[in-house]
Amino acid sequence: MAILEIKDLKVHYLTKEGPALAVDSINFSVKENKTVGLIGESGCGKTTTARAIMKFVKEPGKIMGGEIIFKGRDILTMSDKELRTLRGAELTIVRQEAQNALNPVMTIGDQIAEVIREHEHIDKRTAWERAENQLDLVGISHHRAKSFPHELSGGMRQRGMIAIATACNPDFIIMDEPITGLDVIVQRQLLTLINDLREKLNLTALFIAHDLSVISETCDDVVVMYAGKIMEKADVVSLYKHPLHPYTQALINSYPSIRGEKKNLVSIPGSPPRLVSPPKGCRFHPRCSFAIDRCREEAPEIREVDGHSVACHIVK
Amino acid sequence: MKTLIFALKKISGAIVTIFAIVIANFVIFRVSPGDPIRMMFRDPRVSAEALQRMRVKFGLDKSMWGQFVDYFKQLMHGNLGFSFWQKRPVLDVIGDRIVQTLILVVTALVIATILGIILGAISGWKSGSKTDRTILSVSLVLYSVPTFAMGILLLLVFGYVLLIFPLGGISSPASGFTGFLYAKDVLWHMVLPAFSIVLWYVGEYILLTRSSMVEVMDQDYIVTARAKGLRESVIMRKHALRNALLPVVTLSGVNFAFAIAGVIEAETVFSWPGIGRLTYDAVMKRDYPLLQGIFLIFAVSVVLANLLVDLIYSRIDPRIKTGAAHD
Ligand SMILES: Nc1ncnc2c1ncn2[C@@H]1O[C@H](COP(=O)(O)OP(=O)(O)OP(=O)(O)O)[C@@H](O)[C@H]1O
Ligand SMILES: [Mg+2]
Repeated sequence: MAILEIKDLKVHYLTKEGPALAVDSINFSVKENKTVGLIGESGCGKTTTARAIMKFVKEPGKIMGGEIIFKGRDILTMSDKELRTLRGAELTIVRQEAQNALNPVMTIGDQIAEVIREHEHIDKRTAWERAENQLDLVGISHHRAKSFPHELSGGMRQRGMIAIATACNPDFIIMDEPITGLDVIVQRQLLTLINDLREKLNLTALFIAHDLSVISETCDDVVVMYAGKIMEKADVVSLYKHPLHPYTQALINSYPSIRGEKKNLVSIPGSPPRLVSPPKGCRFHPRCSFAIDRCREEAPEIREVDGHSVACHIVK
Repeated sequence: MKTLIFALKKISGAIVTIFAIVIANFVIFRVSPGDPIRMMFRDPRVSAEALQRMRVKFGLDKSMWGQFVDYFKQLMHGNLGFSFWQKRPVLDVIGDRIVQTLILVVTALVIATILGIILGAISGWKSGSKTDRTILSVSLVLYSVPTFAMGILLLLVFGYVLLIFPLGGISSPASGFTGFLYAKDVLWHMVLPAFSIVLWYVGEYILLTRSSMVEVMDQDYIVTARAKGLRESVIMRKHALRNALLPVVTLSGVNFAFAIAGVIEAETVFSWPGIGRLTYDAVMKRDYPLLQGIFLIFAVSVVLANLLVDLIYSRIDPRIKTGAAHD
């Protein structure tokens, strides 16, 4: 059963130069106990998608259309009050670059206990014990519960954010580049933690990254995004072994494997288009070495090919 | 332990500052023009020998250093000198007035702080809204009007024209009120002077709380609070305001120094028998010892107010004690 279903979602940033089509009619779903990876170059609309799911899109961004069906109900039509009962409990997020995401004047324990008390209406002591358990769960000793954020390292703060996001046993958790910006060893440890938690807590998650090798370790399915559009969707093994879309292929060739396999790295020539005036036809065609005339004129529809969903004219 | 070290550091800093103030206070009055003995005895018939005797009696024949040692010794015994004008010890003169001033200042500052924080927080939280614009423009106007001008305006409108509040003083003369009735009478007299101070400060507190709040609302931890599904009122109080108040607390300490200027103006306009009014009179009467005593009291109270603020600040901002960067 799909916990989350995104249908034809459109999010635009209404800038002075015109609307930037950051998320342009995307469709994907996440099944129970599965982790879906959302991947693409910087600026392709990953965070915007994540924020839309939380209904957190802020000015000048605007959700222009579509549905986000969470456990059978459309988030986009919910009242603020309904959203509040979801956020932090059933639907949670670990945000990108969240080094200042903890309140500097509250202890980490209090910040975890707070979300538990808000949603479960239990007494202070029980909530505090639960908070301590959460800390142990994410690999921070519960003795650190009375620490303030500035007393914790960057990696510990991120663990703290994960502790908050998993405190109320969420049905769906979004992790937006949870390991970006930390040093390599800490990244490794966090990935291990996330994988542990996925098993222990049976998480259903959307895992955002711009690095395919990270995705390959944590995800069941992958959604490849480019300039606000979905290029390819497939299960992780198949996508990694037989990428169909030229963009997916380029992406795989452009990142070193986190396991250190030797590979000739080829960076993708050119840069992503400006989303205010994306190219006609397929958005990737100016950088695609296989582009034919049809790619420059007609935007490809998503099709099913060999168990993948792919938006490309040349894939047979 | 950290807290103790922090507190000790701050306290010793305050002691050093007070000592420096004592020296400055001594020097300033020695280098000011005029012979204090001549000031005391304006009668030209007083003989030169008599003046010399007085000089010796007050220790003014000694060297600067000798005088300073005397001054310091006396200070340690709580002796602030002798008022020429009132012919009484300075400490007694100040002691008679200090309570009236404290009542006025504390009341005014408490009201201004609470009102300013509430209005500033609302204004910042709803920044850009109509409520915000209204609060903002009112506070800008209030902030730009000096206390004495506000005092005179209040006096004219509520005292002379509307006849609601008394024109000045601390109580109705010869009313014979005691106990509760007396307190009520004092309160009645305090309304206008207190509000002339409140109205000035409230503007500043609103502006500061507002800008601090606007800044805090853009912070990541506010998004985190929203992502937790907390109610807006909780986010505002527990997450936004607690952080936004940090600079406001600092301001309160600094403000205390300016409060003194405001008090001198307000007490003078409303003839409130406090230290402010006393300062004005001491200046008019060229009563140097009294002025010196008043300055010392003012300066020390500013230092103590700042010490208190530092200690409070370290309690509400956990980053201070460990010296972590404040961002
Ligand atoms: N506040 C904004 N105003 C205007 N445009 C914006 C705004 N925020 C994002 N955008 C645009 O929307 C597009 C998508 O941004 P988004 O943050 O979703 O990208 P991303 O895929 O998360 O990138 P990254 O990997 O760098 O995090 C970007 O091209 C960006 O220029
Ligand atoms: Mg992003």
